[in-house]
Amino acid sequence: MTGILQFLKGCGRQIVTGNRAYFAWLAALCVAVAIGVVGYANQFQQGLIATNIRDEVSWAFYIGNFTFLVGVAAAAVLLVIPAYVYGWGPIKEVVLLGELLAISALAMCLLFIMVDMGRPDRLLHMTPILGTPNWPRSLLTWDALVLNVYLVLNLVVVVYILFNAYTGKETKKAILVPLVLISIPVSISTHTVTAFLYNGMAARPYWNASILAPRFIASAFCSGPAVMVILFQVLRKTAGIPIKDEAIRKVAELMAYAMFFNLFLLGAEVFKEFYSATEELRHTQYLWFGLGHHTALVPYAWLSLAVSVIAFFLFVIPKTRNDFRTLNLGCVLIWAGVYIEKGMGLVIPGFTPDTLGRIYEYRPTLTEWSIALGIFGVGFLVFTVLVKISVPILVGTFKAPAAH
Amino acid sequence: MSTTKLPVLAEQGEPDTDEGRRALLKAAAAGTALAGLSGCAGFSMEDFLRKHFRELSPEELKRALAKVEAKNRAAFGRETHVTAEGPQEGVVFGYGLDISRCVGCRRCVYACVKENNQSRQHPQIHWITVLEMDKEHGVDLAHADAFYDAATVPRPGKFYFPVQCQQCRNPPCVKACPTQATWKEKDGIVVIDYDWCIGCRCCMSACPYGARHFNLAEPTLPAAELNPDQHYLGNRPRPKGVVEKCTFCIQRSRKGRYTACVEVCPVGARKFGNLLDPESEIRKVMETKRVFVFKEDLATQPQFYYFYAT
Repeated sequence: MTGILQFLKGCGRQIVTGNRAYFAWLAALCVAVAIGVVGYANQFQQGLIATNIRDEVSWAFYIGNFTFLVGVAAAAVLLVIPAYVYGWGPIKEVVLLGELLAISALAMCLLFIMVDMGRPDRLLHMTPILGTPNWPRSLLTWDALVLNVYLVLNLVVVVYILFNAYTGKETKKAILVPLVLISIPVSISTHTVTAFLYNGMAARPYWNASILAPRFIASAFCSGPAVMVILFQVLRKTAGIPIKDEAIRKVAELMAYAMFFNLFLLGAEVFKEFYSATEELRHTQYLWFGLGHHTALVPYAWLSLAVSVIAFFLFVIPKTRNDFRTLNLGCVLIWAGVYIEKGMGLVIPGFTPDTLGRIYEYRPTLTEWSIALGIFGVGFLVFTVLVKISVPILVGTFKAPAAH
Repeated sequence: MSTTKLPVLAEQGEPDTDEGRRALLKAAAAGTALAGLSGCAGFSMEDFLRKHFRELSPEELKRALAKVEAKNRAAFGRETHVTAEGPQEGVVFGYGLDISRCVGCRRCVYACVKENNQSRQHPQIHWITVLEMDKEHGVDLAHADAFYDAATVPRPGKFYFPVQCQQCRNPPCVKACPTQATWKEKDGIVVIDYDWCIGCRCCMSACPYGARHFNLAEPTLPAAELNPDQHYLGNRPRPKGVVEKCTFCIQRSRKGRYTACVEVCPVGARKFGNLLDPESEIRKVMETKRVFVFKEDLATQPQFYYFYAT
């Protein structure tokens, strides 16, 4: 018991020590969270009418953000594969950071689902025993299942690594490796099932394409590692974790393949839609060119394409890939590109026009923006705190007193 | 009802007019033109721990019905009669819509709103959507207009195509629902338990007919306009944050009455009856006319048929 108390006290100390930049960052995140709380209080009182969600566009900004973040969560752990294949030194560190990012992203995913629900007070109706989950028929029950399994798996791995490092015990490969290996298919399945949630709806031709799940995976391989590449650089500077340049370059190289594949799949889909030019083309048309005077998404669609193509070239040309300035620029660009593509660019055209041909042009309200800001604030806050505690444990500056 | 067909004409007046009038006076005296529904009542442990509708024992169901009546009393100051009448043996409902007769007047839309206690404003919920289509294009959603002005109908070169829940035999909404809060009853009606719905709106994404509607806010329903004849799975007032849809007026049809939309249609474009009864109106339509279903390629197999009678 005293051990746990001591550990918690130690964690508290880690969180409250830092330089000015660290506290400024924390303060900014707290402001974001506060804005989100105010926004949600408003929405909770009024109902979802505080958003611009309507019967025609019944899922929108929240579900778009959720979808993007599932990709981030899934891909963060996938970095484990190259870490093993290429025999990078600090595999444990790479795994741990990936899992911490996944945990934070999953926290955001769950929050985005919660704020999107009309009756969050009845969430338990979806759980076994207390509720009546429509499993295995409903894809949402599958999604809840894989996301929670993934979250638990990540937590177990993180706690196992950190506990051992903290108490000075050895991390047993016989335990860690199987756990990490299981988390790889689970991470793929989280994103696949999320894709199936859309994919399975015959009523929505924009989503009802078999290419959807592969596109989800390809774009996740772009956005997830982009965060990790930047994170690796920050942490090796500030925390002294020895991550080699080669490791980062290898990730960048893999990202270049993923980006190519992502653009290729997009091209394949655009070809099919425009060449066959059925009435289902209207959804794709709405995204890229607008329908009549309804053009809300058009600038974002082209922005997303432009930044994705630029990022691809920055990653594929060895000179720009090996220069950390252009590499980081590419990471930011691909992040933005996938954020638009897998968020609003995926959800909104699926509903525009709706199943009866009506066009309702959706734009998020201030409430939706503030709630999303708050959730991202929570996610970054969780991540910051987890990293702040974990890194000193990993490098050995925060450990259990030897006397115990 | 189970033996033969629906009555040719259903009664027009409210069965409990006196009671309604008294309640109206009461409400007017209280100065409450609009009454909020359940939400303001706050969190209740009983609601939180309640069971799924289909797991309720007869005793629990009775209590649940009484509770809805009590809630109605509190919110609207009116006595209501809430039942949970089940499907009848040997009845499977079918609906026919004669496209050549429909003039697009939207009387069905508003009769439905009145009958089924939909929210009137913010959000305004309609279970029936009438689409105005070009004769030139036929049934083509890319050339459909749901927001035409009903004061000028029928307009030259146009025809009208009403859409509501198609009560699919293979309902994608039921498949998508993560909590089994919506299901298909034996008589073919797809129902929703408003106390079990979590408001995730998967069913709305899954429905190819735009038939499902979401209570974005606390529904607004003037107490004077409340229909006191209610079914637990149908037109009882809904809370904020749940989905609702057409139930073939379950509170009427299970008692052998026509739906409100059939009754109000001034041109007789709407037909309704028991698909298992060879003498029913809907069977006659299927026998003598050629029917089609909307979006047949999706294999939803609606119990709602369109036809051209002339």
